[in-house]
Amino acid sequence: MAGRRRITVKVNGVEYEREVDPKRLLVDFLRDDLELIGTHVGCEHGFCGACTVLFNGRSIRSCLMFAVQADGAEIMTVEGLAGDGKLHPLQEAFREHHALQCGFCTPGMLMVAYELLRDNPDPTEEEVRLAIAGVLCRCTGYKQIIDAVIAAAPKMRGK
Amino acid sequence: MPEHLKTFEHKKRNWVGKPLKRKEDLRLLTGRGTFMDDIRLPDMKHAATLRSPYPHAWIKGINVSEALNFPGVRGILTGEDVAKMSNPFPVGVPVPPKYYCCAIDKVRFVGEPVAVVVADDRYVAEDALDLITVDYEPLPVVMDIEEAMSPEAPVLHDNIGSNIYSHRFFQYGDMDKAYKEADLVVKGKFHFPKYGSTPIETYGVIASYNPFSEEFVIYNNYQGPFVNHSLVAIALGIPENKMRWIVPTDIGGGFGTKTGLYPSIALIALAAKKTGMTVKWIEDRREHLLASATGTDRVTYMEAAVKKDGTILGLKDKAIDNTGGYIRAPEPGCAYRSTGNHTGGYQIRNLDREVLVVGTNKCLTAPNRGYTCQELYFSLERMIDLVASELGMDTAEIRFKNFIQPDQFPYTTATGGIYDAGDYQKVFQMALDKIDYKKMREEQRKAREQGRLMGIGFSTVVDPSVTNIAYVTLALTPEERAKGHPKSGSGEAVIIKMDPLGKVHVIACTNPQGQGHDTVISQIVADELGVHPDDVTVSNVVDTHDRVYSITTGSYSSRFSSVVTTAVVTAARRLTEKMLKIAAHLLEANVKELEIQEGKICVKGSPDKSMQMRHVAGTAHWNQAALPEGMDAGLYETCLYTMPTSQPPDELDRVNSSNTYGFMAEAIVVEVDPETGEVKILKWASVHDAGTILNPALLEGQVMGSCAHGLGGSLYEEWAYDENGQCITASFQDYLVPTAMEVPKIDIGHVEIPSPITALGSKGAGESSCMSVPACIGNAIADALAPLGVTISELPLSPNKIWHLIQKAKKKR
Ligand code: FES
Ligand code: FES
Repeated sequence: MAGRRRITVKVNGVEYEREVDPKRLLVDFLRDDLELIGTHVGCEHGFCGACTVLFNGRSIRSCLMFAVQADGAEIMTVEGLAGDGKLHPLQEAFREHHALQCGFCTPGMLMVAYELLRDNPDPTEEEVRLAIAGVLCRCTGYKQIIDAVIAAAPKMRGK
Repeated sequence: MPEHLKTFEHKKRNWVGKPLKRKEDLRLLTGRGTFMDDIRLPDMKHAATLRSPYPHAWIKGINVSEALNFPGVRGILTGEDVAKMSNPFPVGVPVPPKYYCCAIDKVRFVGEPVAVVVADDRYVAEDALDLITVDYEPLPVVMDIEEAMSPEAPVLHDNIGSNIYSHRFFQYGDMDKAYKEADLVVKGKFHFPKYGSTPIETYGVIASYNPFSEEFVIYNNYQGPFVNHSLVAIALGIPENKMRWIVPTDIGGGFGTKTGLYPSIALIALAAKKTGMTVKWIEDRREHLLASATGTDRVTYMEAAVKKDGTILGLKDKAIDNTGGYIRAPEPGCAYRSTGNHTGGYQIRNLDREVLVVGTNKCLTAPNRGYTCQELYFSLERMIDLVASELGMDTAEIRFKNFIQPDQFPYTTATGGIYDAGDYQKVFQMALDKIDYKKMREEQRKAREQGRLMGIGFSTVVDPSVTNIAYVTLALTPEERAKGHPKSGSGEAVIIKMDPLGKVHVIACTNPQGQGHDTVISQIVADELGVHPDDVTVSNVVDTHDRVYSITTGSYSSRFSSVVTTAVVTAARRLTEKMLKIAAHLLEANVKELEIQEGKICVKGSPDKSMQMRHVAGTAHWNQAALPEGMDAGLYETCLYTMPTSQPPDELDRVNSSNTYGFMAEAIVVEVDPETGEVKILKWASVHDAGTILNPALLEGQVMGSCAHGLGGSLYEEWAYDENGQCITASFQDYLVPTAMEVPKIDIGHVEIPSPITALGSKGAGESSCMSVPACIGNAIADALAPLGVTISELPLSPNKIWHLIQKAKKKR
């Protein structure tokens, strides 16, 4: 198709080169072109946070960006957290504290929590609330998510 | 409990009751879940739906030619096709509106489907929507519940002739006598808002049609009940066995909203049939917020006949529900679902009810976590506080005064509900203790002296679970019912098998949306069969062609913990029984002499006479000739359990509309800022009796989630329309879902009063606080604003609304 653009993106450490339509959303690129279906779409208008990924280290909503804007970028998605068949300490804490029910918001939650603990290894409850406030969860009422993030902090510091 | 009913003995358990980590988490935490949009089929095309921008209009014509010529478009379905290819959905009201899965000649709410474009990808399909031209002739709209009943109102459906879908009167006990004996009558009017539960995963469908076998295969994220599978088959004009529904392993939240998916299933099925292609449709958020489903909004007029000492002798109420532009199943359930628990936790023996279900030009309805119990309890619990205030009584005291007593269980309500077990005093007392009630009243007195607006609210409510489908037939009079086919039941099915090497696999069809059913099932089976939960795997997806299920199957009405658990226990006991028979045969012993110990079946008192359970399993599969004569080979047991308390209504319209009845007490302390109208929650205790606790971590999650949802309905969420019928909350920017900043700390407590009619004693818990929180927050804010003479009769209580109420009250003074 006319106007397609070639982009190179590194996702979870793997480099991908693809042709994309300029209108293609980054989230569709991740889910449909790269088949990384762990990232979810809950609103497509930037409010639910389910589609959050780390873009050059910062959390962004992948439904609000075009794939072409990711040319040359490094992206981390939920698939990039666990390695060698072992859960990441953050994922472990989510499991321990029952921080997910349906799991649909979870990829976005994990991404913002990961970013928080990377930048602020010992957050207060208020800071955790603020960090995850951009991701909507309809199932949990957030308490167990907050517990999990606070519990993960010392484990991630030790990592 | 009626004497003939089976009751269960409850014994101490090893795994049930522990906060076991979830099996489900390993896939969901690592991005390996399978949600609706994760399903990709070969040669799949994509649909986008054109929706009405008008709340009420004739469709004079549709022109699709330009859209059809757009590169990548494969076909378009319009109302004309839908009228030819399908039937209206059946619904249980005397004169049903003609509700098809797509508007035919008239639209009746903003967002109603008008056409479906099928294209190579979704971007193309959405672009092509802009090329369809529809010629609308706008009509006057009706948006207000009470105006909808006026003879002057625009009529939505000519075949009905008015906007009233369902209307009935009920009399229980003797209300005239209650009025005569009363010292006073207290009156109130309440307006409950329209809101939904907006699961973060929207609706989705993938449909394909084989024109040779005339069969549909439809992937969808429908949450049950599967009664709607029959309705879709009727709408598509096909036998049920020609339509296979498959629900993926994971559903991203349901809360009742996903019971409203079935018309879209029919719509995409028709698009697949017309185009001959496999068609995928994933609803976007705007579509969801315009046209998925909400709970009903309701206006209630209520009167309480009371004695000076606070005894409530009777209630009279008139409730008007609004199901929007059409009425569809399970409505008019909204009006009848809570019949059995209509008088809540109180000994109220006299009740006159009038119910109306009407239509306006709004989005349609479906159950919304709590299914109209939030509407019921908002009026009932506000009423209790109004009575207390009239009598100068304490709001806790009046509740204690009227509660059903612990020794009265099982308790049959005036409306036919059979409350299985409870201790309401104990639950409420725990909530009072948690907020330190006496001290709070003292603090409130001081706050008031300083001119601060502090309030304490309660709600103490019965939590009905496991719907008995019989209640829907209350829409018909006893005479009409006598002529038709009775309905009753609440069944759920499971299969348990032990494989040849002695490990256990459970096949269930509970259609969960995050409740952790697989984990709990493995806990139960581990206890029953004496194995480790890690030795139990669970497959829990819906496939109407290869699962055993019941018409009532699904995850709704908090049914898992009562009825599914009983089915699991029963199937496991059948499996044990069979294994004991095999072992008795092989050990040449009597079944009665055998016992199970640590993976072995032994003859009591003779330790040398024993067999490993896995050897018994091995025999059942590998050496079928060695089995007792006449026994089936293999080790599979099925149970489709239905609660025997699910009976049809009687001729006096009494019905046990649910099967187990839990209890909740909320206690919330608030402070209202008189300048801004903002509400701050100072304390919140939420105490629950859900019977035996199956997994405390999962229960805490359910309670927290339902509290947050109740908070949303109380303060933030409303599916709002302007007077012209435009929905003004069609994005998450306007439809406000509580975030982590809004949900406060909640002190959760539990009292375990086991149900005698479930195998483990567990009752429902998943909807719980959705029912009790709106009333409680309403009561707390009313108490805070009482010194200003403000009364609270509607929700959501946004700062704006409270501010206006305060200003109005000030002007009056
Ligand atoms: S899908 Fe991107 S914010 Fe909701
Ligand atoms: S776990 Fe379901 S939306 Fe968060």
